[in-house]
Parts: sequence; structure tokens; C-alpha cells
Amino acid sequence: MKEIVCKLLVIGAGPGGYVCAIRAGQLGIDTVIVEAGKPGGTCLTVGCIPSKALIHAAEEFDAAQRMLAGKNPMGIRVEGASIDLARTIAWKDGIVGRLTSGVSGLLQRARVKIVHGRAHFRDGKTVEVETETGQQIIRAETVVIATGSDPVELPNLPFGGRVISSTEALSLGELPKNLVVVGGGYIGLELGTAFAKMGCQVTVVEAMQQVLPQYDADLVRPVTRKLSERGIRVLTGAKAIGLSDTGEGLVIETPEGRQQTLAADRILVTVGRRPRTAGSGLEELDLDRAGPYLRIDDRCRTSMRGIYAIGDVTGEPMLAHRAMAQGEMVAEIVAGRKRAWDKRCIPAICFTDPEIVSAGLSPAEARAQGYDIRTGQFPFSANGRAMTMLSEEGFVRVVARADTNLVLGLQAVGAGVSELSAAFALAIEMGARLEDIAGTIHAHPTRSEAVMEAALKALGNALHM
Amino acid sequence: MGEFTIKMPDVGEGVAEAELVEWHVKTGDPVREDMVIAAVMTDKATVEIPSPVSGTVTWLAGEVGDRIAVKAPLVRIETSGDVGASESAAFSQPQPAEPMKVEAPKPAAKAPASAIPPPASPAQKPLAAPSVRLFARESGVDLRQVQGTGPAGRILREDVEQFLNQGAAPVSVRAGLAKKTATEEIKLTGLRRRIAEKMVLSTSRIPHITYVEEVDMTALEELRGTMNADRKADHPKLTVLPFLMRALVKAISEQPDVNATFDDDAGIITRYSAVHIGIATQTPAGLTVPVVRHAEARGIFDCAVEMNRLAGAARSGTATRDELSGSTITISSLGALGGIVSTPVINHPEVAIIGVNKIATRPVWDGTQFVPRKMMNLSSSFDHRIIDGWDAATFVQRIRTLLETPALIFIEG
Repeated sequence: MKEIVCKLLVIGAGPGGYVCAIRAGQLGIDTVIVEAGKPGGTCLTVGCIPSKALIHAAEEFDAAQRMLAGKNPMGIRVEGASIDLARTIAWKDGIVGRLTSGVSGLLQRARVKIVHGRAHFRDGKTVEVETETGQQIIRAETVVIATGSDPVELPNLPFGGRVISSTEALSLGELPKNLVVVGGGYIGLELGTAFAKMGCQVTVVEAMQQVLPQYDADLVRPVTRKLSERGIRVLTGAKAIGLSDTGEGLVIETPEGRQQTLAADRILVTVGRRPRTAGSGLEELDLDRAGPYLRIDDRCRTSMRGIYAIGDVTGEPMLAHRAMAQGEMVAEIVAGRKRAWDKRCIPAICFTDPEIVSAGLSPAEARAQGYDIRTGQFPFSANGRAMTMLSEEGFVRVVARADTNLVLGLQAVGAGVSELSAAFALAIEMGARLEDIAGTIHAHPTRSEAVMEAALKALGNALHM
Repeated sequence: MGEFTIKMPDVGEGVAEAELVEWHVKTGDPVREDMVIAAVMTDKATVEIPSPVSGTVTWLAGEVGDRIAVKAPLVRIETSGDVGASESAAFSQPQPAEPMKVEAPKPAAKAPASAIPPPASPAQKPLAAPSVRLFARESGVDLRQVQGTGPAGRILREDVEQFLNQGAAPVSVRAGLAKKTATEEIKLTGLRRRIAEKMVLSTSRIPHITYVEEVDMTALEELRGTMNADRKADHPKLTVLPFLMRALVKAISEQPDVNATFDDDAGIITRYSAVHIGIATQTPAGLTVPVVRHAEARGIFDCAVEMNRLAGAARSGTATRDELSGSTITISSLGALGGIVSTPVINHPEVAIIGVNKIATRPVWDGTQFVPRKMMNLSSSFDHRIIDGWDAATFVQRIRTLLETPALIFIEG
């Protein structure tokens, strides 16, 4: 097959890779992208998007269920509710299909050449791709590694049979009766909650003392309360040992050191993700690592000239929007523009029930960095819109420097707070002070009023409390 | 403990020795596996040499500027582990050249100088909106040096603009006239040494004849203007050079003796059916000559695209050896700088070089009156051993005819 020579080669068409390629194409760079699966990567095909579809379907079904009981205060009564998981999955697959073909279209419009197959480095400038029609050699001046990540497998609980990763959980043919989730991070809780709402008996096994260990206890409390209301059993400080002898359950060790077997027709292991570096010839290139990840500098350059890395393969936080921003930046650098990573925050969201959103520093992180801080917290129970939506749990919290009132961080927990992430990140990137947020008219009646109220409260003059 | 000897690798260009252009380590330095220890220069490209082992440098083969034979010891490294205990030739096995990174020599980085007092707390990231950060980055301003006047010390766009204006203002008062006696010795290394050697070779071996003729570019400039205005989105903007390249191809087809190389040791002239045009290009490191291959098979836009690509690659130091060698005739253009005549030095072993001078509007007597015409001089040198003055003049006159009546360039056959 004829060799392809190009200026920029992007390996992996996930959110980092495809954004990088599109931007590069727009800037007139001769760009080739290689992808073994569908364009869109983990995010579009087995991550963010399909999980959100499933979570939404579960929420809708759950709402109908609650109306079935006739106990809802709004006076709605529903006769009979059921969920056909096969159709739910088909609906989800339809969304994924629309988005992946959308990405292909965008790449084509940006004149990016797409090569389907698995890429393998021959050297720092040359990649071999095993395509359906044979081996394709691609030579490029610049290479961007955007190979992403895979779910981590536990050695004592290898994937297969009952033991599944998030990928399989998003395409189950039928609902398990008993689902055990090993790992109480955001992926495990999001999926566990969704399956519980669809009617599974769900148990979460977490080795740490708290689920969602990267968030502070105040933010996590409304989520754990909801988990227990929903009948989801959460076992913290517990370790997964392995399958039971019959292979039908999961043996765990409780914090007291006792072994216990949990009935499980499916065991969902969500203990993190690891960078996908094996099998692509990256070992031979011997790029510098930072732990298991590829080490990059503030321009996403690796230790080898002309090779950049973006996204999950470069480490935490493994978030699609971080990868996208890196991809855009690298494309502009390759086009000769002066760019460097100077983002002030990368917002993070848990689509749990209720949702958690965080941008910038938490109070504890701010204090640890030596800031003298003031905080303001406003509960949704005092917010009109929250009351009318029957979801008053949670709050908005702002963290600011005590001396200048510069906003260092914004967090919220509550229904639908994921949409507040834009306002949070914008405030931090723009260098807003508490007075800027407090002095901005927030439309009434919305949940976002709680952001303004939290800023007012930090300034010592909350209106609605 | 063991000693590991790294030998000068065969950099795959058929060269017997390579010049040391940079040491990244000195004796006593610890090295890590894959750390770049030295840079060596072959014909036109620099190759970085990584260490295959970790350890401590005990011996270096020479100083920057020295030439080291291929396979000769380059560095000795004392390894701490037991793996490298053998007296080993790191590169004695066939070693692919690919893992080495090829780059053009870097110009010495300028140390940033600033007389601005440091900000209050340098540890913290400067407070500025994303748009201001981008503006500062593109203007080359380090925001940590800028005093913010916005709320909470936020740096505004105006602050960056003011900082820029300050920086542009004269820093010191003009000193009085004084004698200066300092001298500076600069060792000729790397690309500069290559250029020097090449120039000596060309001028000492080749008896040059230089012939200058003026060309009326008015018609071509009109055509070029129209072609640029009507060009397709993916076409580059045309300069004069692609037209000259096509004119060369045409003239060479009638006078193939100028498109040749002369091996004067063997006494053999090689004429080429292909026209590989070298384009003398100024890069940060010095003069390089990337080559547009097979100009005879390229349309005018194709010539322009390839030339732009090569010039970019040469300037960014990413041009490959293949892209920097193999020309059969060369174009040298100093037109952008002005100048009415130049005496181009032939790119040995070629036999001709065409120099382009600046286009200027000059009064030309048309028989009844002076008319303004766009005039350009071509200053071309030929190897007088091979090309007689008559033939040189005939060739340049042919190019002149083609450029003055540009339609001829586009006539097939």
C-alpha cells in the first residue's frame, strides 16, 4: 500500500484526538488520524455519552415508579410502568451512532484523512497501521499520541463471565437481579445508581472509608443519603477478595476482617482507568513516564521531539474536556502559534443522584495551599426553583481568598447542578471576585440563584437566609 | 560496576566521520538511559546521540568542532549495574537511524532581560482572563512580570499593552563615544563550518562567469496578480519564483548542458533529464538549499506548494537529508532585500546558479517616450569550464524571453 506522508498524525480519535485533528485541519495542516474503533473514543462509545443516556432512562423510569405508588405530592398517578432494557440500549446506541457519524463528518469537513486500524510505532516519525486492506505506513513530521485509557482489571477478579467493566455494563442484554459494584468512585456510583433505579439490587464495595473519596464529606453526604434511601447497600472499608467457590457470588473482607459472600449475578469492577500504552510500539520509543502515564510538559510535548501526548494517556484528571482542550492547544502549537497550558481549572462532575460539580479548590485544598479563605454555602432548600422541582437536597459553595475575595473554587451538589459547571469555570478563569458574582443578576427563578446567594453569604450579606 | 563505550554511530549517510556540534554532558555527569549526550553533524543534518545505558560519564572523545570517525569511541560511561559490564560497542550492531532525532542546529537562545521589578508573589499564577493570557503569550510577555491594575490585582489587557510599550522604550541613555578593544573568538562549527567549506570548494575549483541581464517583468506581474486574485482556496499565493522555476524547466529542455553536475576529479559531466531545483534558503542557523524535485513534472501551483513546504521545513529544522540534497541547478533570491546585482556562487558540483534581484519600477525608453516598467535583474553564474559565455548568455536570454512573455511558459511542448 502506498505510504502516506503527512505533517500531523493523530493516534486515537477520542475527544482529545478528534478535536486536535479537526483544529489542525481547520488551520490548514495536512492531518491524518488513526482509530481502531469508532471515532469518538471512550467518551462517545463506552463512556460519558452512553452512560448519561442510561442514567437518564433510569431516572425517568424511577420517576414513573414513584408516581405509581401514588405517593407523590404533585398528585400524579400512573398505572403500570415497565422498562425494556433492550430498547433502552438500542435508543442509547442510536445516540452514539449519531454522534460518532457526526465526528466523522466533522473530520472529513476539516479535510482530515481517517485511517481505520490499530497503530503501531515503527519509530518516532513512522507508524504502521493494520487496516482491513493491509498494512499502511504513515510518516509524519509530528505525532500526537491520544490513545486514551482502559478500565483497570483486578488481578483477583479478572474481567469475563459475571465480572464486567463499565463497557459491558452499558450494553447488558438484561437487567441483573443482584449487581455488586466494586469501587465507589464516580463511574461505579453513576452506573450503580442507574441500575438500582431500573430495579436491580445493588451493593457497592469501596476500600476507602468514603465513597467518592476525592470529594469532601459535605459534598458526598447528599449522595450517600440518596443511595441509602434507594436501598443501595454501601460497604466502605471493604475489600473484594474474589469469586466464591460456586462462582455465583463475590467474597469480600469486611473492615472487621471477616469474610462474607455477596450474591451477585453481575460484578461491575470500576476501580479506575489505566493509560493505554501497551501494544502500540510505545515501549520501544521509550518516552519518559510519570508513573504509568506519559510525561508531558506545559505544551503536551513528550520527551521525544515532535511527539506530543494528550488525554487519558497523560494522566489525571482523565476527563474528555481536558483532552479536548489539550488537543486544540497542540494543533495550534503545531500550526506555529504560541500556546501553553495555562488553564486555571478543569471542572469535574459526578452524574450521581444528586449530581456533584467542582471547579477550582475545595476549602481544604485552599487551606492546604496556604490561603486564608472565606466560604459561603447556600442550600437548595431555600431556593424556590428547587422546591418546585421536588429536589431540595444539596447546596452551592464558594471558596474565596479572605484578603481580596478572589474566587478560588466553586462546588455544588444537587439535582441538575452539572449545568452550573460553565458558570463556575468561567468565574475562575476570568479571575472573578465574590463581588463580581454577587453583583451579577442571576435570573429568577433558577437554581443558579444559589450561586449568587453563596457569594453574598461569603460576603456576609445573604438575602434569602 | 562496568564501563560502557558509546561509539560514533554510522548515521547512514555513507560518511566516514561526523563533527561534534554539542555536548550535553561533561565528564563526571550522571546520565540516564536515553538521555541525549551529544549532537553530531553530518552533511547538513544534526543527529542527537542518546545514551543506551545509565551511569556516569568518565571520558569524552573530544571538543565541540572535532571530527570523530564512525565507530570510533565517543563517550565512556561507568555503569552502576552489572548489565553493562562488558566492554561493549553500543552501536556495533546494525542500528536503525530512525530513533535518532534529526534537527537543524539551534541558534543560541537569548536570555530574557528585564528591568521590571518582580511581582509581589511570584509563586502564584498570574491573575488574568484567558483572553489576556493569550494576548500576552502571543506578544511574548511573561505575565508574572506584569503588574495588574484590575480588582484583586487582576491583569487587564491594558496592563499588558502598557508593559509592552515600556519594554519598547529606550532602556538606557545614549553613552558617549568611547574606544572599544574587546575581541571575541567564535569557533566555526556546525552548519557555519559546512557553509564555509562548501563556499571554498565552489570558488576555488569553479571558474565562475557571471552574467547579468535585466528583465521586463510587467506582463508577468500582471499575470501573477490575476492568478493570485482568482486562485482557488487551496492554492498558495504565487511569488515570482514558481514562474522562474517553470521558465528554467523550459529553457533547460532546449539547453540541457546547464542542468548538470561536473565531477572534476573524474572528468565526467552528468546531465539530468530531471530538473531538481535547489532553492537557497536563509534559516536561523544559516544558508541551506532545500530541493524541489522534478520541477519538470510540477505545475506552477505545485512548484509553489512544494517550495513553501520545503522552506518551512528548512527553517524549522525538520527538512530531511533527501530534501536538502540532489539538486541539479539552483536558484538564489535576495530580491526581498533589494540590491541590483549579485555574484552568486555555484552550488558545487552543479554548473549553473540563477540569482534573482529585486523588481523595481524604472523608466524605460520605448522608442518615443519613457514609460514606467517593472524591471528585475537576473544575476547568473556558470561553470566556465563547461558552459561557454555565449551559451550562458543564450540561456539567460531565453529565460528573459520566457519571463517577458509569460504565456510562453505555459505553452505545452
